[in-house]
Amino acid sequence: MTILIDKNTRLLVQGITGREGSFHTRQCVAYGTNVVAGVTPGKGGQNLDGIPVFNTIHEAVEKTGANASLIFVPSPFAADAIMESAAAGLELTVCITEGIPIHDMMKVVPFLKRHNCRLIGPNCPGVISPGFSKAGIMPGQIHKEGSIGVVSRSGTLTYEVVNQLTQSGLGQSTCIGIGGDPIIGSTFVDILELFDKDPETEGVVLIGEIGGSDEEVAAEYIKNYFKKPVLGFIAGLTAPPGKRMGHAGAIISGSGGTAKEKIAAMKKSGIHVVEHLGELGKEAREVF
Amino acid sequence: MKIHEYQAKEIFSRFKIPVPRGSVAFDAKEAGNIAEEIGGSRWVVKAQIHAGGRGKGGGVRVAETPEAVAETAKEMLGMTLVTPQTGPQGRRVSKVLVEEALAVKQEFYVGAAVDRARQSPVMIGSSEGGMGIEELAASRPEAIVREWVDVGIGLPAFQARNLVFGLGIDASLVRVGTGIFLQLYRLFESFDCMLVEINPLVVTEANQIFALDAKIEFDDNARYRHKDLQELDDPGEQESLELEASEHRLNYIRMEGNVGIMVNGAGLAMATMDLIKQAGAKPANFLDVGGGATTEMVTKGFEIILGDKSVRGILINIFGGILRCDVLANGVVEAARNVAINVPVVVRLDGTNVEEGRDILAASGLDFVVADSMADAAEKVRGIV
Repeated sequence: MTILIDKNTRLLVQGITGREGSFHTRQCVAYGTNVVAGVTPGKGGQNLDGIPVFNTIHEAVEKTGANASLIFVPSPFAADAIMESAAAGLELTVCITEGIPIHDMMKVVPFLKRHNCRLIGPNCPGVISPGFSKAGIMPGQIHKEGSIGVVSRSGTLTYEVVNQLTQSGLGQSTCIGIGGDPIIGSTFVDILELFDKDPETEGVVLIGEIGGSDEEVAAEYIKNYFKKPVLGFIAGLTAPPGKRMGHAGAIISGSGGTAKEKIAAMKKSGIHVVEHLGELGKEAREVF
Repeated sequence: MKIHEYQAKEIFSRFKIPVPRGSVAFDAKEAGNIAEEIGGSRWVVKAQIHAGGRGKGGGVRVAETPEAVAETAKEMLGMTLVTPQTGPQGRRVSKVLVEEALAVKQEFYVGAAVDRARQSPVMIGSSEGGMGIEELAASRPEAIVREWVDVGIGLPAFQARNLVFGLGIDASLVRVGTGIFLQLYRLFESFDCMLVEINPLVVTEANQIFALDAKIEFDDNARYRHKDLQELDDPGEQESLELEASEHRLNYIRMEGNVGIMVNGAGLAMATMDLIKQAGAKPANFLDVGGGATTEMVTKGFEIILGDKSVRGILINIFGGILRCDVLANGVVEAARNVAINVPVVVRLDGTNVEEGRDILAASGLDFVVADSMADAAEKVRGIV
């Protein structure tokens, strides 16, 4: 079993006719994802390699039975795209878009709660359940079907970690990039709850970074409720305070959100924390 | 984007948040004239830089005559101000704010911010004005009052009153104080702010409220809908290499180390900086060339890294995903031919088409040290510094 997406996922792509949207839709299809529809307002009636394009999500869902959405809409319009997806009753929305204004996201989050829609991202690489389905921009071929869950705030750093796992013979159940923004739809704990319920996931790799306190909250949750082994890694030990390190959410403000605090909190909760990224694959083999 | 105190106070005035009378001066004579115009018998001269803690570095001084104001401004303008927030290199002062000095009775901290954990705007107040809110949250959390805002509704008056009463502001000032909180939230929301801070908000001996300081940070992601704010940007406040990088859409942050890095992806870039430290060297920068790094971007990246004269080696760490290693290797080779690189370069490639990528590096005839994993890269960095 996997979490969030599997072979039954019927994916809809918002912004399918754009450069990024069309490229990654083809990549997802090549990986085996069942992409059933695209939405670009004003381009209804067109198609991408036979995938029908609709003007509204409402119509796309009605005609194709789509149950999840992947968003490539440019940042000024992305918050609206997320809300359209939630309002149409999709249970999962994955938003790749980077650069959504934070005030937009503060409005989107309560809207999602009212519509009972789960959002992954924004500013994330998406979700992949190796061997089954991919709703994201990660390179499919580095992944391997298996039983390790991966959850991360980062993109390429996650690919690095997944690659080491695969090369160490450890396949993955589902890998999720939850996003590098200060306000995101799903936190580490939201994803850990899903991994907890998934009998096929035997252990989890959690990759955090400076900024906020999501890792500390996750550490507390793991200590109290999560019984599967967890391997952790935190990026940004050398990051200076007050500077945004690429991701909008990766900033040490005042004295809060440092890598050191996060590592300490994780260790205190019994999480095995990898100190040297180069050793992650090797240590994963020992822990799992 | 951060702006100066004098600019933030102009915005406060537009929102009817009271600020002391004053104006910005770019030279000593102008500073003296402003003091004359304001009138009174005491003035404050405040250095305008994008960093807090100015008082501690001699950047906030009181003067008793317009001549003394001019004299103080003269001393401040051109000086390099070092505060706990500027780092040891400090910031050059090129403008000062001259204001009437007020007889202060009480000081408060007041702010509007984004609460990441609650995913909501939060209004913050504390009766311990002048202190950093993070310090205070750590040492005396009970001294802070907070009201979280429902974004669909905005800040209702009762929550603003809760803040005013929570701070212990005198009952005669409840209306004014409530109004300030309401306006503060309006400003925070309508200008897409990450943070608006008044530290301190003061009550004077004459029982009036003023924002004695003002700090506003705008959300860069919302700049497209606030084109008018662009003119408030002060490029002089940015480190010159960082400014150059941002003009080429490169995400570069200068640090005080000796090994430069160029990486695709922010998380991997941070992890690469950490790896350099573990290898016994110090990262000279953060540089994320992004997922779609072109030859031009890599070339510019080299130039910017080498613009920092303390760099003694460079580590390029690329994890090829959709963007293939061979394409990146070609970019690196071409860029290396365009730029005179006089320090050793370690290149670590992995991911899609890694073999082809390494072959391209090897066949280039250029003197790259090729590493085949993160662990190997750390070893090789140790070898070059």
